[in-house]
Amino acid sequence: RRNRGGLLNQRSFIVTDPERSFPGQRSRSPRRKWQLLPGRNRFYCDGRIMMARQTRVFYLTLVLILLTCGLFFTFDCPFLASHLTPAIPAVAGVLFVFVMATLLRASFTDPGVLPRATPDEAADLEGPTGEGVLNPPPRSREVLVNGQTVRLKYCFTCRMFRPPRASHCSLCDNCVERFDHHCPWVGNCVGRRNYRFFYLFILSLSFLTLFIFAFVITHVIIRSNRTGFLSALKDSPVVVCFFSIWSIVGLSGFHTYLISSNQTTNEDIKGSWSTKRGKDNYNPYSYGNILTNCCAALCGPLPPRSGLLLSTTVLASSPPSPLPPLPPLPPLPAPPPPLSPPPLLPLPLSPPLLPPPPLLPLPLSPPPLPPPPLLPLPLSPPLLPPPPPLL
Amino acid sequence: MKLERRYACAPASDRIPSTMAETHSLQDLRQPAVSSKVFVQRDYGSGTISKFQTKFPSELESRLDKQQFDETIQTLNNLYAEAEKLGGKSYLEGCLACLTAYTIFLCMETHYEKVLKKISRYIKDQNEKIYAPRGLLLTDPIERGLRVVEITIYEDRSIGSGR
Repeated sequence: RRNRGGLLNQRSFIVTDPERSFPGQRSRSPRRKWQLLPGRNRFYCDGRIMMARQTRVFYLTLVLILLTCGLFFTFDCPFLASHLTPAIPAVAGVLFVFVMATLLRASFTDPGVLPRATPDEAADLEGPTGEGVLNPPPRSREVLVNGQTVRLKYCFTCRMFRPPRASHCSLCDNCVERFDHHCPWVGNCVGRRNYRFFYLFILSLSFLTLFIFAFVITHVIIRSNRTGFLSALKDSPVVVCFFSIWSIVGLSGFHTYLISSNQTTNEDIKGSWSTKRGKDNYNPYSYGNILTNCCAALCGPLPPRSGLLLSTTVLASSPPSPLPPLPPLPPLPAPPPPLSPPPLLPLPLSPPLLPPPPLLPLPLSPPPLPPPPLLPLPLSPPLLPPPPPLL
Repeated sequence: MKLERRYACAPASDRIPSTMAETHSLQDLRQPAVSSKVFVQRDYGSGTISKFQTKFPSELESRLDKQQFDETIQTLNNLYAEAEKLGGKSYLEGCLACLTAYTIFLCMETHYEKVLKKISRYIKDQNEKIYAPRGLLLTDPIERGLRVVEITIYEDRSIGSGR
């Protein structure tokens, strides 16, 4: 330790503990990093769960799935298990668990939010000032990606040039990496870190709805041997199920196409890589063959959260190597200066140092009126009505 | 003047202006002011993989060898490439995770996380050996969302020789 101290002795540095730098604000409990995140997100379970601001539609999704499956298990499964095979409720059970797991994972996972530029970084981009006024940088910058010219746009909210494929979600007020779309049904943006969960959710939901639909029909048919087909059918809203299934299956098909060509919904809708734009226009991110694209999207490495979301606590844990005792603390990005357009959310009070309480929603200040929701979803899944309780 | 404790060098919080150095002098510790910051941007030539530009920033010319800078950035690029590599191992990890409904990550770390820890150790090591003696500090890019490598340049207040 002394030897290492010798190396550093020529320059005397101190650790700047953010807690100590403002003596008046000394608090016993460590402030959580995610609480400093600007943007309109909700956090639960000490920052482990991250969702969009509006979560009503997500609860609706949950209710519909639970209700549909609940009714199926209650009214159809006993009959089917006894008359056909008990494998039917078993398979339905497995599918249901998979659907719920992927839905919750898609909803609660950080989609890949990019941390906003620190004031120094923003100033570096904005260039030298004249008379104290910061010149905004050019609106976009062109880069060559795998031989294709891609335009990187400057994000005025986050004060940085967005990486390729990133986009700013107006509902969550964050730049998200590999932004696909904001899904209200899932209550979150779909981006780099949770796209596979979203895809597996809609895929497994298609299988589940088709499965339920098929076996409800089977149930109706078997019963109609006794009561007559039409009277059995009129008890069941099977026709309504039929339309909702096609929406979900259609959406799965669309996303399968997107995955196989390595595009995002955003790019597909804008026709970024369409040959209509130019003969030489091609997708620079595609790996060339469908299998690699699919594997990369679904089984590729999953990047961890970055920036403020990196860990739940402010104070980093001490490193294992024999270094001087106090670890270097990461610099906290300062609140944006008054020049920044969006309103800054005030820092909430630090929670007491307890084991993470369940469902601790952050009190965020009311945001300004959100712009009309951006729903580039080509097909929005309509309501899933429950299967009928057959007599 | 003997310092009571020796700390690993840490970047000053962005909230602290250079005038805070005077306040801290009350605690008998000298804090060098941040002279400027250099941002090494991402290189998107090969797609969205994490890779940083190896162009040597002119502000560091007086403090650092181009070769050392190159070596640091190249090593970082290689480490990130290792983290994001698509291959049998990453596919296996992905499939296994999917089969266990991603609960396996409650007990084990992803390959990416392991490499990020390696990167963090490497940066710490580089800071101690090369950058701190020259009054520079590398910030781990993950703190900035893998957008930039931030190099903080401190004012040169050393009394002794440069090395």
